[in-house]
Amino acid sequence: MATRLQALWGWFDSRMPSVAEQWRIHASQYYAPKNFNFWYYFGSLAMLVLVIQIVSGIFLTMNYKPDAALAFGSVEYIMRDVPGGWLIRYIHSTGASAFFILVYLHMFRAMLYGSHREPRELVWIFGVLIYLTLMGEAFFGYLLPWGQMSYWGAQVIVNLFGTVPFIGPDLALWIRGDYVVGDATLNRFFALHVIAFPLVLLGLVVAHILALHDVGSNNPDGVEIKKTKGRDGHPVDGIPFHPYYTVKDLVGAVVFLVIFCIVMFFMPEMGGYFLEYNNFIPADPLKTPEHIAPVWYFTPYYSILRAVPPFFNSQFPGVLAMGISVMILFFLPWLDRSPVRSIRYRGAYYKTALAIFVVTFLLLGYLGVKPTTVWGQFGFDAFFLDTKDRATWMARLCTILYFAFFFLMPWYTKRDRTLPVPDRVTH
Amino acid sequence: MDIIKKMKSVLGILVLFPGILFAAETGYRLDRSPHDPTDLVSLQSGARTYVNYCLGCHGMQYMRYNRMRDLGLTEDQIRDNLMFTAEKVGEMMKTPLTAGQGKAWFGVPPPDLSVVARSRGADWLYTYLRTFYRDPKTATGWNNAVFHNVAMPHALWTLQGERALEKGKWVQVSEGAQSPSAYDATARDLVNFLVYVGEPSALARRNWGIIVLFALGVLFILTYLLKKAYWKDVK
Repeated sequence: MATRLQALWGWFDSRMPSVAEQWRIHASQYYAPKNFNFWYYFGSLAMLVLVIQIVSGIFLTMNYKPDAALAFGSVEYIMRDVPGGWLIRYIHSTGASAFFILVYLHMFRAMLYGSHREPRELVWIFGVLIYLTLMGEAFFGYLLPWGQMSYWGAQVIVNLFGTVPFIGPDLALWIRGDYVVGDATLNRFFALHVIAFPLVLLGLVVAHILALHDVGSNNPDGVEIKKTKGRDGHPVDGIPFHPYYTVKDLVGAVVFLVIFCIVMFFMPEMGGYFLEYNNFIPADPLKTPEHIAPVWYFTPYYSILRAVPPFFNSQFPGVLAMGISVMILFFLPWLDRSPVRSIRYRGAYYKTALAIFVVTFLLLGYLGVKPTTVWGQFGFDAFFLDTKDRATWMARLCTILYFAFFFLMPWYTKRDRTLPVPDRVTH
Repeated sequence: MDIIKKMKSVLGILVLFPGILFAAETGYRLDRSPHDPTDLVSLQSGARTYVNYCLGCHGMQYMRYNRMRDLGLTEDQIRDNLMFTAEKVGEMMKTPLTAGQGKAWFGVPPPDLSVVARSRGADWLYTYLRTFYRDPKTATGWNNAVFHNVAMPHALWTLQGERALEKGKWVQVSEGAQSPSAYDATARDLVNFLVYVGEPSALARRNWGIIVLFALGVLFILTYLLKKAYWKDVK
């Protein structure tokens, strides 16, 4: 049997040797630093979730109806009458939030260890493109259940495009395909969600990994392992990705799935954050919900949008600020002027800045899910108080800190007192 | 910025985000619903109350009659005791009331309640069902402490009796067929049933969850040992 299989493989390999070659390049002969820590699980986990989303999505499409009159009911049909449908639906809804958690942690890893720094700028840029595509993918997908939050969330976000000077209203109309979010919008969002964006996402993931494997992985020390090679020509501190990291990531995948399953089987709504309560009310274009908040993974940016005061009756400055707050990520490799990569050898400036940034981001996210009245109002009046909501002023402070983290980065990273970096990784 | 401009800018936000206008419905403190999704007797009692008192106006268009086998009932029992307007046991639990009739009689068509427990939550429903009061100012003569000026009259008033809310105090105006504690139990069973209908697979979901987590626990041990074995030689 074994020899027969070998013979079959030999037949295949002699006709298409590139399969074995790709396996060598990307797995069995891809040397990764041996000192990867906890933060290095999230890339492979994000890929796992991508696969989970695609597979569960395929099964959902088999029963979902992209029709304004049928969509909400078809989701309930999946939840009740399709065998195992509830499981598929919860896998997909939990997977959406899990994807963002993993991507945020994965991006934070880069900020910790300088993984975006030269020569890995392209890896980072493809990564930010993945993040942007994912945001679009999530936004389109969120309309599909056709609940109140789906509907009004989409209405609000499409209206953002309507604030662009001159072309805004036409742009919003073009996106919606109607004067309000309606059946036409649902149909096109369905098309974008199930085929267009997933294709782009897959292509970008391939580019992300190719770009990474061309330059090699960074590590928690920020040391270039290719500088110290052994007699065999391989980095001394590197180990083949397969089998070492495949078996290690397997453990990570199981631990992740445990957490994933705890949420999915025992709290699929996650307190209204993964599945919003209002989304169990069918979309009603005539009834605006009491409080519209986007899903949690968009709320830091939503907070920034709300924090910026309107200018001449136009909300566009807020929209612009929100756009810049995402786009600025592209420039991170060039904003960072530190002579070292890893947080382990950085000075107090960067460490402080990063800590403030994390708190800021979380606070913005929290404020974004709450109405602006969440912390009450100031008890005094002053000419500069265009709003007395405490939460709005906090969001403004956070917005300033958010941008300061990026715009002041060239300054504070250059002046930071860094520690000497060792020649080899510490393990 | 003068006052007019300031107001204009605020108006701009409101046009863009109309949600800011309306704060929480009423500040009435919700009671904790004591329902138990594993209590089949309570679920059956809730189903009985639902088809007798609610289904006349509120449909459950995503729920099939024969799904109630989950509650420990046979199809024959369902057909004999819980089906009044449907022909076949596999039909959806639709209401005979049309949307047009609902609009004409109540001002709004009574909403479908298939997933109401998932949007409102059990506590809200449990409190809502128990806080109707007499109010001569409304069209129906009824009002509700959790849902002000609700279009729905108190459908269970023959059970609870009439009550009034005077300066925050509940006053029993006329006795109902049930004592206050018996009525609370009726409300609890009804909420239990609504929670069940909101997600009929919830019990199966939790049961599967335990099995899957156990399997993952075993898988964790195996993969962890595999990883340790491979990484022995990494110095």
